[in-house]
Amino acid sequence: MELSANTQALAYLVSAILFILSLKGLTHPSSARRGNYLGMLGMLIAIVATLAGREVQSYGFIIAGVAAGALIGGVLAARVQMTAMPQLVAALHSFVGMAAVLVAIGTFLNHQVAGTLNPVLMGELSAGIVIGAITFSGSVIAFGKLQGLISGAPVRFAGQHALNAAIALAAVGLAIHFAATGSMVSLALMTLLSFVLGFTLIIPIGGADMPVIISMLNSYSGWAAAATGFTLHNNLLIIVGALVGFSGAILSYIMCRAMNRSIINVVFGGFGGESGGGEAAGAVAAEKGVKTASVEDAIYWMEDANRVIIVPGYGMAVAQAQHALKELTDLLEERGVEVKFAIHPVAGRMPGHMNVLLAEADIPYDHVFEMDEINPEFPSTDVVLVVGANDVVNPAAKSDSSSPIYGMPILDAGKARHVYFLKRSMRPGYSGVDNLLFYQDNVSLIFGDAKDTIEKMVAELKGGGH
Amino acid sequence: MPDTLVALYVFVLACFIGYFVIWGVTPSLHTPLVALTNAISGIVIIGALLVTGAEQASSGVEILGFFAVLLASINVFGGFLVTNRMLAMFKKKKK
Repeated sequence: MELSANTQALAYLVSAILFILSLKGLTHPSSARRGNYLGMLGMLIAIVATLAGREVQSYGFIIAGVAAGALIGGVLAARVQMTAMPQLVAALHSFVGMAAVLVAIGTFLNHQVAGTLNPVLMGELSAGIVIGAITFSGSVIAFGKLQGLISGAPVRFAGQHALNAAIALAAVGLAIHFAATGSMVSLALMTLLSFVLGFTLIIPIGGADMPVIISMLNSYSGWAAAATGFTLHNNLLIIVGALVGFSGAILSYIMCRAMNRSIINVVFGGFGGESGGGEAAGAVAAEKGVKTASVEDAIYWMEDANRVIIVPGYGMAVAQAQHALKELTDLLEERGVEVKFAIHPVAGRMPGHMNVLLAEADIPYDHVFEMDEINPEFPSTDVVLVVGANDVVNPAAKSDSSSPIYGMPILDAGKARHVYFLKRSMRPGYSGVDNLLFYQDNVSLIFGDAKDTIEKMVAELKGGGH
Repeated sequence: MPDTLVALYVFVLACFIGYFVIWGVTPSLHTPLVALTNAISGIVIIGALLVTGAEQASSGVEILGFFAVLLASINVFGGFLVTNRMLAMFKKKKK
């Protein structure tokens, strides 16, 4: 049975609606899984409608590709650690980018055989190739930085912006030449330069800005799909591309706003490296007039508290401390302590990263709060436990106009009666800024691995019984 | 109206839908959102299928297309499955 072009177009419409409803499902955790299933259904309809259509004549390579892709994708999805989600996402972005480039080149070659090339088509092809190639190489760099294969520190050199601008201009020039003449040489050079541009655009961006980079590349992958839709005159690809493109763009905006920085500043700023001295923590702390505390001190205040708020950051993920936190939470709740989690929008390496890690540890989502929801509660909170976070609670963002993080909205942890920081060392956060909170009277630091420290707290609560 | 202009209409209107739908997504689900958009941007598989299965596709294009289908399928399967895995972890407090 062969689907007519009209039936196929209607199937695509159904599929587009399902994708919109799928994203809509993420409005609330209770409807999210259904949303994901609607997305799967939309994809199934789109693929079946395409295969049953008139254009697809041979199936051998397609079946092989889908089978291999299903296997690889399935294994990746089943095996990936939740802490490594940012890497998986970066890898998947790069695949969309590369697929868009391959589709564009394949479309060009098919039209060349059929003799149906025209300048508009070649212009659209160029857009697909340029965006796809930038998405690919940019995502590969992001993956490398997240995985620690290349340094997370911003790589900057003189004339960087001029170089990027020159490459971009050259790529556009080649695209115009290609569209006008169909020159394969221009096509090849343009493709090559676009790959280089993705590399040079992302390499200067520091590890601290990963949530923005992930969101930005998410957006690019959408635009790459939309550009492919333009080339193929396929409205489904255009719609889905626009949805994904906007999703990434909005996330980028939210992340930038949470750091009080403009997207321009992030892209060209080169902010924050991952390196830092691991000096003898205790000594430095004492020198600077910072108080340190023991696990017992913290437990003393926590076990009789009315409310404890835990502020997790990327350090929690690194130490894999989320499961120990769950145990601590349960023990405190048994004693009638109200335990809440406070999440800053840029905590972690991608938007919403902390929420997933806490969910993985079985911490119910109705215990987890966004910054604006929880900030009014800090002044009436007995104990705040900051686990592997730093800049997001630094009051310098409010008081020190010379600080690089000035103006960034923060969690008002310092307003609680007692604040305990679980830290490995005195090294500052990713912004490289000293945390003014450390010098406040109600704040103490507990040095050590976050997971070990929390496990000690759990043991103290279990064995203690003062 | 020429095809390209129709496509532009569709694109711009879809951007507006994207804008309103995405602002509604709860921040706690932003990671699943990124994974889900990974999956649905695997829609480029449609392009890959059309290119690979085309009557005039040379064997070179078929090989190119095979890789495009492969990469897009990894996104589709990997994206939906990992989203499902994550969403299954989001639970309310047990009564």
